[in-house]
Amino acid sequence: MKNLIALLLLLTLSFGVVASEPVELQEADIDLSDNASLQRGAQHFVTYCLGCHSAKHMRYLRFALDTGVDQQKVLKDIAPEGASIYDQIHSAMNKHDAEKWFGVQPPDLSLIARSRGADWLYSYLKSYYVDPARPFGVNNLVFEDTAMPNPLWQLQGEQHAESRRTIYGEYTKLVLDEPGKLSEREFDRFVNDLVNFLVYVGEPVQLERERMGKYVIFFLLVFSVIAYLLKKEYWKDVD
Amino acid sequence: MNNKGVDKSKRQFLTSALTVVGAVGSGYLAVPFLAQMQPSVKTMAAGAPVEVDISKMEVGQLIRVAWRGKPVWVLNRTPEVIETLKTLDAELRDPLSNDSEQPASSKNQARSLKPEIFVAVGLCTHLGCSPTFRPEVAPIDLGEKWKGGFFCPCHGSWFDLAGRVYRGVPAPTNLEIPPYRYASETRIIIGEAAEEKNA
Amino acid sequence: MKPSRLSECGNWVLDRFPVTKFWNDHMAHYYAPKNFNIWYFFGSLALLVLVNQIITGILLTMNYKPDAKLAFDSVEYIMRDVPWGWLVRYMHSTGASAFFIVVYLHMFRALLYGSFKHPRELIWIFGMLLFVALMAEAFMGYLLPWGQMSFWGAQVIISLFSAIPVIGDDLSLWIRGDYVIADATLNRFFAFHVIAVPLVLVMLVFMHLVALHEVGSNNPDGIEIKASKDPWGHPIDGIPFHPYYTVKDLVGVGVFLLFFATVIFYMPEVGGYFLEHANFIPADPMKTPEHIAPVWYFTPFYSILRAIPDKFAGVIGMGGSIVVLFLMPWLDRCKVKSIRYRGGIFKKALFLFVVSFLALGYLGTQPVTPLATTMARLFTTIYFGFFLLMPIYTRWEKTKPVPRRLTKVHSLEEQLHALEEQLPALIEEITELKPVSTEIGHPAFKSTFFNRRPNPKGIADVISRLAIKLKGSLD
Repeated sequence: MKNLIALLLLLTLSFGVVASEPVELQEADIDLSDNASLQRGAQHFVTYCLGCHSAKHMRYLRFALDTGVDQQKVLKDIAPEGASIYDQIHSAMNKHDAEKWFGVQPPDLSLIARSRGADWLYSYLKSYYVDPARPFGVNNLVFEDTAMPNPLWQLQGEQHAESRRTIYGEYTKLVLDEPGKLSEREFDRFVNDLVNFLVYVGEPVQLERERMGKYVIFFLLVFSVIAYLLKKEYWKDVD
Repeated sequence: MNNKGVDKSKRQFLTSALTVVGAVGSGYLAVPFLAQMQPSVKTMAAGAPVEVDISKMEVGQLIRVAWRGKPVWVLNRTPEVIETLKTLDAELRDPLSNDSEQPASSKNQARSLKPEIFVAVGLCTHLGCSPTFRPEVAPIDLGEKWKGGFFCPCHGSWFDLAGRVYRGVPAPTNLEIPPYRYASETRIIIGEAAEEKNA
Repeated sequence: MKPSRLSECGNWVLDRFPVTKFWNDHMAHYYAPKNFNIWYFFGSLALLVLVNQIITGILLTMNYKPDAKLAFDSVEYIMRDVPWGWLVRYMHSTGASAFFIVVYLHMFRALLYGSFKHPRELIWIFGMLLFVALMAEAFMGYLLPWGQMSFWGAQVIISLFSAIPVIGDDLSLWIRGDYVIADATLNRFFAFHVIAVPLVLVMLVFMHLVALHEVGSNNPDGIEIKASKDPWGHPIDGIPFHPYYTVKDLVGVGVFLLFFATVIFYMPEVGGYFLEHANFIPADPMKTPEHIAPVWYFTPFYSILRAIPDKFAGVIGMGGSIVVLFLMPWLDRCKVKSIRYRGGIFKKALFLFVVSFLALGYLGTQPVTPLATTMARLFTTIYFGFFLLMPIYTRWEKTKPVPRRLTKVHSLEEQLHALEEQLPALIEEITELKPVSTEIGHPAFKSTFFNRRPNPKGIADVISRLAIKLKGSLD
């Protein structure tokens, strides 16, 4: 009887394996305390992404305050011409045009790091390959048949996909044909900075709340200990 | 229940200690909850300073802009008006603007940084209606004594063209002057204070 | 002594309002059994979480906009632009999941110690009504952020109502206020979530506590403390709720808040279980997410729904899994309340129930596969079997003799001390001394060193003894 239960439990738990991600994701190195990385990431965002994607929940002022950058510098280097420090990061792309050109409006990226995850974004931006069958000539290993063209192809270069079939399944590898402006390591760092920025944009208060946490926990520990001492004292009455 | 010697002082101490810790904790918790109701960043963004271009203003013209949800007047005063202001002191409740709200740089007779341009919040200091602009002298409905100014239709308060309130009307103080400064000869920024020079 | 001004004011109120009587009847002179253990913390914790949800909920409604076009953005506005808005939001979302953890454990206590049996059937009924109201509140609250999971989860669950024959479609239309989940639905769910159901919850909590105070609490030994009274008319094995349980519950509150704060400040999403990843995408009626799953606390019931192949029968099954809980006081035929003195058959049945509840919960988070469906069907059968076969297997239970007075409670210190005393013997058993030979030096100075290494046979013996003891606990 016990064996049956154990077996059933094991079988039930084995579903995790079946439901796992088919594509293996590369690990991004997220460090939100690295202000230099965040600033580079912000610059990459406004240069390569803002053309189509907004990040409408993010204000330039918040970025300046959190990363310690001077507000005038943010307005000069990062925000578009004529923006106010209170403005949110809006794209100039028109919704109707976007739907006509891409079939779908490019999603707002404020929360993309919370819905997709840092590793997914990092792998996605690195996994474009040439595919003549697609309207923009590229496809993506992480997101099959993506409607998005590759905004970073000049930096990364062009890759093509090589598939190999073994008894364990089909394996696809990406091989660099034409190198881009950046070396592979430089490109990895570029994408990492961009993803770092997107993780920050997803929840700007992350670092602050983690910092605050230890004080709250400490306080609650003190409270619990005193409460316990008081309880023990009163419960001496009870046999 | 056992009635072994109850250490009352220890219980008292621990109870007090716990109460203090609990009160401190509640205080710390109350702060974010109460601060929540403070204006949000969106409100502060909407309340950001407003720029006004006065290069095309005609003499005697009044421009209305919105700042922090309130109407703000920018009035280009004629030389006659500026002269008339000096003669009205006897009929005003507070001719030297001791009781009213204005930046230090506007605490003068003309109640402005430069006498030609008058900037004021266009809300009656009685109960908040927006007065009408009546620059003409002695019109029929207001009578002989009217020398030009702002008339509030709600309860009949009179203000002169420096926003100073007359005696005997419901409004208690002069019109509020907002913080403002000249970014250049022709641009005023309402909402940012001018540098305090020795007035 | 001349009464002071303060006490005069106090007396003015006391002459007109029964504050002292209330305090005495329900706190200072309300006698509760003295042997409450860890399972008895969850009632007061549930009340704490309710208060938390109400306060943080009120603060959220100051800034939230219940309009399909504005709702999602208003939540992000709270997270970023409202001072400390992020803290209120996380307290509310973590509180919702914490509410269910606390309530499930609170209900499990009742199953362990027979707190649903005579004369406490009505407390159990009110409690079950509270559970149903809580599920409704959580379901409607989850629509409000208007994310992908909010929208599609609601779409799926409301469409279940259309499975009801004859009235189904009209009923779904009436609930939604539109042909699909839309702005109308959002607005009415907001009204229910913010005012209607909270009023019901508060009222039911009041009735639950009144019913409890009428008969008095049960306890881990399952015996009625009012049966043995002292010369003053108080239960001998009872202690006044205040100060003993007020002070003990404060410790419970402190420990609970430690867990609560850890989640809020370090992992508010809890891997996507407390705040689901798909809900950070605004609702899109044109695009269904790959994988719709309800929030973790609904997954066991969702599993049962999916396991049954027919749509309407599935709805009946899901509803039935809750209805059957209501019937506990009349399904359980055993006169003994506490699991400590009940027969092995009930212990084993309860164990199976727990396993199937957890397994169904896990399966509810996973996508549908043939194997998963078979497992879900198996565990659904066990789940229903626990309840529906109960009148049979509890009637002839081999119970142990029930004591007349409460058994001794070992404090935490005593238990730890006992463990500490056993430790050296245990270490002795699971390790052995192995000599280490040293070849260096003069033979006359050679000494033997020993290393303590794990002893496989000893470890096997200890584990088998432990397994036998565990099995014995189920007899």
